[in-house]
Amino acid sequence: MSRLSIETPGHAQTVVEGLYRDVERRISASPPGLCPVDMALSFLRLCHAQTCGKCVPCRIGLGQLTSLLEQVLDSTAEPETIDLIEKTARVILDTADCAIGYEAARMVLQGVQGFRDDYLSHVESGRCLFGLNQPVPCVALCPAGVDIPGYIALVRAGRYDDAVRLIRKDNPFPTVCGYVCEHPCEARCRRRMVDDAVNICGIKRFACDHATNTTPPPCAPATGKRIAIIGGGPCGLSAAYFLALMGHSVDVYDQRPQLGGMLRYGIPDYRLPVDRLDADINFILSTGITVHTNTAIGRDIPFTEIENQYDAVYIAIGAHNDKKLGIDGESSPGVYSAVQLLRDIGEGRIPDFQNKRVCVIGGGNVSMDATRTAIRLGAQHVTCVYRRRVTDMTALAEEIEDAQSEGCQILPLQAPDHIETDENGRVTALWTRPQIISEYGADGRPRPKDAQQPRFRIPCDIVIVAIGQAIDAKPFEQVTPVVRGKIQAESDAFVPNTPHVFAGGDAVTGPATVIRAVAAGKVAAANIDQHLGFHHVITADVEIPPAHLTNSPACGRVELRNRPLAECIDNFDLVKCGMSEEEAQQETSRCLRCDHFGYGIFKGGRTSKW
Amino acid sequence: MVNLTINNTPVAVPEGTTILDAAASAGIEIPSLCYLKDINEISACRVCCVEVEGEGKLVPSCNNVVREGMVIHTNSPRVREARRTNVELILSQHDNKCATCVRSGTCQLQKVATDLGVLTIPYPADLAQGKKTNWTTTFPLYRDVNKCIKCMRCVQVCDKVQSLSVWDVSGSGSRTTIDVSGHRFIKEADCSLCGQCITHCPTGALRERDDTARAFAALADPHKVTVVQIAPAVRAAWGEAFGQQTGSATIGQLITALRKMGAEYVFDTTFSADLTIMEEGTELLHRLQAGDLTELPMFTSCCPGWVRFLKSQYPELTGRLSTSKSPQQMFGAVCKTWLAERLSLAPEQIFSISIMPCVAKKAECELPGMQSTDAGPDVDLVLTTREFARLVRAEHIDISTLPESEPDSPLGPGSGAGVIFGATGGVMEAALRSAYFLAAGRNPAADAFHEVRGTFAYRGWREACFDLNGTPVRCAVANGLANARHLIEALLRGDVHYEFVEVMACPGGCAGGGGQPIDGSDREKAVDRGDVLYQLDACADIRFSHENPAVQALYRESLGTPCSEQAEHLLHCDHFAWEMPHNRS
Repeated sequence: MSRLSIETPGHAQTVVEGLYRDVERRISASPPGLCPVDMALSFLRLCHAQTCGKCVPCRIGLGQLTSLLEQVLDSTAEPETIDLIEKTARVILDTADCAIGYEAARMVLQGVQGFRDDYLSHVESGRCLFGLNQPVPCVALCPAGVDIPGYIALVRAGRYDDAVRLIRKDNPFPTVCGYVCEHPCEARCRRRMVDDAVNICGIKRFACDHATNTTPPPCAPATGKRIAIIGGGPCGLSAAYFLALMGHSVDVYDQRPQLGGMLRYGIPDYRLPVDRLDADINFILSTGITVHTNTAIGRDIPFTEIENQYDAVYIAIGAHNDKKLGIDGESSPGVYSAVQLLRDIGEGRIPDFQNKRVCVIGGGNVSMDATRTAIRLGAQHVTCVYRRRVTDMTALAEEIEDAQSEGCQILPLQAPDHIETDENGRVTALWTRPQIISEYGADGRPRPKDAQQPRFRIPCDIVIVAIGQAIDAKPFEQVTPVVRGKIQAESDAFVPNTPHVFAGGDAVTGPATVIRAVAAGKVAAANIDQHLGFHHVITADVEIPPAHLTNSPACGRVELRNRPLAECIDNFDLVKCGMSEEEAQQETSRCLRCDHFGYGIFKGGRTSKW
Repeated sequence: MVNLTINNTPVAVPEGTTILDAAASAGIEIPSLCYLKDINEISACRVCCVEVEGEGKLVPSCNNVVREGMVIHTNSPRVREARRTNVELILSQHDNKCATCVRSGTCQLQKVATDLGVLTIPYPADLAQGKKTNWTTTFPLYRDVNKCIKCMRCVQVCDKVQSLSVWDVSGSGSRTTIDVSGHRFIKEADCSLCGQCITHCPTGALRERDDTARAFAALADPHKVTVVQIAPAVRAAWGEAFGQQTGSATIGQLITALRKMGAEYVFDTTFSADLTIMEEGTELLHRLQAGDLTELPMFTSCCPGWVRFLKSQYPELTGRLSTSKSPQQMFGAVCKTWLAERLSLAPEQIFSISIMPCVAKKAECELPGMQSTDAGPDVDLVLTTREFARLVRAEHIDISTLPESEPDSPLGPGSGAGVIFGATGGVMEAALRSAYFLAAGRNPAADAFHEVRGTFAYRGWREACFDLNGTPVRCAVANGLANARHLIEALLRGDVHYEFVEVMACPGGCAGGGGQPIDGSDREKAVDRGDVLYQLDACADIRFSHENPAVQALYRESLGTPCSEQAEHLLHCDHFAWEMPHNRS
């Protein structure tokens, strides 16, 4: 018998390790709308299986909680059972020796408190309050409800024009979204249960890059109704597109020289080339929309005039103002707001950062845009300063990776203190206060707190502040209530106490994503149409290819490649390459066709009109 | 055409054909359970799975279409094992007490299981318990959660055919079940009680409230005189419950069966259908003349499922319903008044039973205003055709040898016009025959209005315009409530205009009623049954309601003229006297 030996995992353990990874993926692919009590019970069973068996609360208590939850689900429990569950969980939380027990109890306790009404409904009427409304997970999670399995099937069949036509039924910015959508649709893609989410966004880009159709569907007969859209960004133009198709006469007003809003003046060209943006906008405008650029409502035309002239008004002004840090030195020359910087570049005013040392403050997507833009403007080096850790940054992981690979250094756990300037008032350094990561806050993220260490000096010539955007709602304050900088509109986009004013997009929700803006425009179009006494139906009339009978075996997800670094860090040309035809074929074949298989088919698989 | 091989047999079928249909065309039956053509093609039960060479998994045949060169095996060992296992799994969550189930013999699960020769179930029984099994015993529609196999047909029929979406899938995970949608209880729901979910249920999970015990009790009660009426559509279908061809068992045999059970008086609702025509036809002419129909039409009111639908979905249109009671209720009213007098009986001595192809009639007879005397409801008890068949079985009456007999008098005879009430378009046609006579003073040809017959409908309804002695009357006929909804929406939009609209809640009218026999074959029988009724009309001695001598006698002796004050009192009702829940969330 040797004194010590090298431990190697046995076959069973290796298989179980694999199963753990499968379960992780599986949980992340949970469709929305599941019974929370049932899920709590399932998690509890997993927790109980992890018990070592030493301590009473965990070994016995979790088992008894399991039985009680089962009684709730089988509706054989009494209302008092819920109290017993709560008490038992509380005691386990209090007395379990290790995290296996008390963290399990905490999950149960959070559930009993967090969805108590569902517990009660199970006990009192044997019913769950939840249900699968939109059974196709990607469609359920797309704010605009785009028929994703439909267009993927069309791309697989090589019918790119039809694919794009189908997307435009719900989203008139297919190309833009193919390039820059945050793709919430991929979050719970069922393919994750097999291997990984389908690269939906990449497939959409492939469809748009290969489609040739430039003719919109015919507009409905003219209704004689006139609608003003204030703001020519993704939200306003989406509403304009659908309202024009419905036969209304649409005027779009925008304060800038060109349409596109943040798509043009916020998103850098290396992510979204201007000609691709223009492709979508020109398609939208070809429905016969009248455009008034360089026209700011409130400045050039009073809002009341618009309100009186039109049968309906849609305010979709976005969030184009910057937020200030409120630190010393912020107004010095050499300090930019990211929004301003990106807008200037969009309008052709390109600053010279040659050999400059740049600090970017913030951890969101705009911060990454500013960072990568600064690199392209010739900066000597770019440091991104952030209060929390890199993992806490809200920017897409992919954007952070790309920024880092392009040479940006991320300096986490540094809170801006003040900006140092020379005798001419020019920026010489950013001073920060070092932080340590600390307890979790109410938002579920760990908070930074002061590390009680000496302040830190980062020598630099340029500071770019990217800590969020605000809404310039001033011109509308007279007619619509503005609370905490946001225009107040109902979920149907209607602005209360107005005759026919609607609002949506970033101006209502605060800064969000392109696809949310598109969805808001779609909602507004439907409700404005109804408000005007119509019920026009938007449809695509595309026949979807039948599903293949057998799904492809587990297969890696195709990711888009970046062009070689050397080719792209000194210019604003597109960085990401689209899929090859072979890649697109393989990726589309990974789609599990949840419209046909599973619950999808029960309700017909798709919403073919709205 | 697509060429493929099924069980080594070459098959050629048109593109788009499902594997199941392709196999059927070659005489190869693939068992299925949840599948209902055009309505529920969701491959949930997995009983119809077949092996397709080259495909990784077994493939459900009900909703996958054939491809060129497919090689399919419907009875391979792999398919057999899968089919059997899935049926065993379904059985493990099914209350298998077939001996106490109304659908024993017509249950599709029972058939699939016995065909497979399942003798034992290897899985432990796993039935719902506790509050999940709760269901009201008083509502005319009954659901047994432990007989439900979650095929979802009821959800789809109510969604697609009736546009009411009373049912929905409830919950998630292993406890997913079918329940009233929107977390409502059935009594609070806007259920029309059409019963189409029952007739499309493959098992005994859905049925009408069973009132057979009350019927037997009344027949046995020495203090009660039982008076039975038989609805027109019952005669076309009741024999099916005994394995007979549609229409082969006659109303005469039905009457004999009732007499054998001890019914004192047996009448034909066709009589009161004729009476309905007199009242409704007259009401139509009055409303036409009064200019009441220039914007919106008058709707027929004899289908209680339709009345429930209209009052819950379009309560603002309640006033457009004809105020004439339905034939069932007219019969009940006449029975407890005029007939009681003629028979020298007090109304409370009479126990009035109706045999109807309908579940909603069970609710109609309980409505406020359906009591013409102080002696309780005019119709005490409604039995569906299926319940009546159960009575016959319980009495061990052999219907194949039953002689025919005539209905009693004085309410005995009915016209062919009354008989076709049981088919879609029939009320309209019957009304037009008499309205023409009332307007022109002479009969039209009996088949002059045949255009309103049939179930085929462009846009969901049929329309025709008839000249009633110089007055054009634009008519529309809809069957099925989704069609009715389309029609109403078109009327409200102003796309169409009619003076007179007939609606029947059930596809095909009462012939396809939710109370009619179920044979477990999924074959829609409404058209065949309707044809039986039209044949009976074609060879009827009397083909016009106004020529019915019993109806004439009733007016002569008691009511005076149609829509007279007395007729209004007895034969019309106030549709505003009650409300439907319309609380859809």
